[in-house]
Amino acid sequence: MLRSLQGSLQSFSRFSRDIRFLQALAQVAFVVLVVVVGRWLLGNLFDALDTRGLDLSFGFLNRTAGFPVADEALQLDRSDSFLDAYFVGLANTLQVVVLGLILSTALGIFTGISLLSSNWLLRSISQAYVEIIRNTPLLVQLFFLYFGVLLKLPSLADRITLGPIILSNRGLFFPQALPQASSRLWILLVGVSVVLAIAIYRTRMDRRVRSGAETRPGLWAAVPLIGLPLLGWLVLPGQPFTAELPQLEGLRIAGGSRLSPEFAAILLGLVIYTAAFIAEIVRSGILSVPHGLREASLAGGLSRTQTLRLVVLPVALRVIVPPTTNQYLNLAKNSSLAIGVGYPDLYSISQTIFNQSGQAVQVIAMMMGTYLALSLIISAGMNFINARLKIRER
Amino acid sequence: MHPRRSVLPATGLALGLLLAIALSACQPAEPEIREVRVVETQEVQVVQTQQVQVPVELQMESARLQAVKDSGAVRCGVNSSVPGFGFLNEQGEFVGFDSDFCRALAVAIFNDANAAEFRPLTAAERFTALQTNEIDVLIRNTTWTLSRDVELGTDFGPTTFYDGQGMMVRADSGFSTLEDMDGATVCVLAGTTTELNLADAFSSRGVTYEPLVFATGDETRVAYDEGRCDGLTSDKSQLAGLRTATTNPADHIILPVTMSKEPLGPVWAQGDQQWGDVVRWVVNAIIIAEEKGITSSSVDDIVASDPQDPEIRRLLGVEGEFGALLGLAPDFVVNVIREVGNYGEIYERHLGPAGTDIPREGSLNALWTQGGLIYAPPWR
Repeated sequence: MLRSLQGSLQSFSRFSRDIRFLQALAQVAFVVLVVVVGRWLLGNLFDALDTRGLDLSFGFLNRTAGFPVADEALQLDRSDSFLDAYFVGLANTLQVVVLGLILSTALGIFTGISLLSSNWLLRSISQAYVEIIRNTPLLVQLFFLYFGVLLKLPSLADRITLGPIILSNRGLFFPQALPQASSRLWILLVGVSVVLAIAIYRTRMDRRVRSGAETRPGLWAAVPLIGLPLLGWLVLPGQPFTAELPQLEGLRIAGGSRLSPEFAAILLGLVIYTAAFIAEIVRSGILSVPHGLREASLAGGLSRTQTLRLVVLPVALRVIVPPTTNQYLNLAKNSSLAIGVGYPDLYSISQTIFNQSGQAVQVIAMMMGTYLALSLIISAGMNFINARLKIRER
Repeated sequence: MHPRRSVLPATGLALGLLLAIALSACQPAEPEIREVRVVETQEVQVVQTQQVQVPVELQMESARLQAVKDSGAVRCGVNSSVPGFGFLNEQGEFVGFDSDFCRALAVAIFNDANAAEFRPLTAAERFTALQTNEIDVLIRNTTWTLSRDVELGTDFGPTTFYDGQGMMVRADSGFSTLEDMDGATVCVLAGTTTELNLADAFSSRGVTYEPLVFATGDETRVAYDEGRCDGLTSDKSQLAGLRTATTNPADHIILPVTMSKEPLGPVWAQGDQQWGDVVRWVVNAIIIAEEKGITSSSVDDIVASDPQDPEIRRLLGVEGEFGALLGLAPDFVVNVIREVGNYGEIYERHLGPAGTDIPREGSLNALWTQGGLIYAPPWR
């Protein structure tokens, strides 16, 4: 008895010093841990659902939502279904994300280049902007922007009027173009002029590259680009578009387009925040370009702007694109903070849906799936760009 | 060859060991779940025994009333954070509309307003406190609904305050009804029934509006205060508090319109109807006193002047044995009115202009003789 115990202890101590045994033990332990924790979490969920008599079907999505959402793009009436409401939220989120990506890229590149500028004022302002914005929480910035800046604008009664533009804490109202009978013909004309302008630019550019003569491709291309639409506007019967001016009508401004303070707050907040990070990425990307390359370009006769545009940035992009993907994903996910400033985005509307329907598990699952899909689409797009930019090795 | 041969038993041993650990780790979880279930069935049993006891309790003297009398204090579940209704002030006293009804109960039983023992409760705790006999009566702005009345094993007394969703607007906006608010922007809290009531109220009137939804009450209030919205909607009792938090409360008014029904009143555990009668008729006495114009300052004079109105005579115990029927002193109403006041006085004290300022005139909380719903059955 004693001897067998001793024997097993010995064999155990032999195993306990065996690295293969320890590695296997660690791996199995990890798998067991994941399974146990996962089972416990799921068990909790199903127990809770059981005791409350809830099921996990999605039938509730066809029920009447019972709440309206105020938005310019998509109107939701209280008789629409929860699913309609969900799509309104999705559309609002997409609107913020797409515009946010474009604007933050533009602002980020501009700031990143400014960070390396020889102009002291421009460089200092950019540095101060990046350091302040990068090191404070986004939600605080959003609250400041919304409650501290946009809502402090004059009320509708004391509105600021700049010609046809009206500014107040109810939003920025500006004229909207209303298409008339001849608008389609005119749009077609604009399309033709764009194609024509590109063709002229290409041929004249080609000739300049081949002969070295100054052919002024930009100037020549501008002639049809501006001339044709202008001619069309004057010649076509009636104006293709008329402007609908915003006007005060009772309590609200009717007509025209509106940029609501909530939309402005979430969009500006996301753009300002994300651009600060992109600026740093752009700066590091530019610095990664070998100095010799820049010098060679300048020595070759290219101007500073041309060097930046044609030599430095294309090379720097290879360094810039992968970390920028992260910032784009952050922007998409951070858009869910919109609820803090009253913008009816996907998260805000989903919260209302699961509070009203009581189906929290399904709605949160849908929301997670939607954000996941959004992130994967952005990643896929960036991976595509990254692959295109890669130096083709032979 | 050699190392490969020894990996397999090593993995096998590790797996076996860990399976054993995992299995043993799983085991303590099971009895825990069982324990919880036992507690649940016990709770159900408590409710059942109470229901079984109902016929036994149909005697003249209430067991609960006797227990309260023996303990020397009536225990009330109250709110401690809603100004005007139940609020713990700086002196550590519970003040408010609801708290005063508890004091009235203490005076009715002991002729001592200090015999009221307050138990501050959260919304989630309140019904459990009743079911487990932690408190004798719950007076904590609790809305009377079917499911609460039936499912929770509680009974609701007469409604002391008709709350409902209201609308706050700027005084200079010229709004006096919801119909005036066509095209208005309304600030509302996300995910509440308020949001649905708002949609129902406006669409049933054929009025368009634009909702602006926020996650917290503070954000909603600030956005309204800054003029982003024309109106702010919430329960009226809470609107009054939100109004006092605006930069200039005098600039804002609460419209007399009501978008939902939220009748608030005292609640007690099912199973002791005599005790329920005591609570019900103390509240009724306070209402009848206002109807008859009996105030805390005039009640003693009225008794001394030998009133002619038969209902006043019965109410104040000059005539009849109504106090004894309830197991209380014959003149308990006199004490209650002297110490706490009639309905109007309680309302004025906490919800009037000096308090949170919820307009009473023309509202549901006006006396029935003035077009409101505050009404008590006859005292006979």
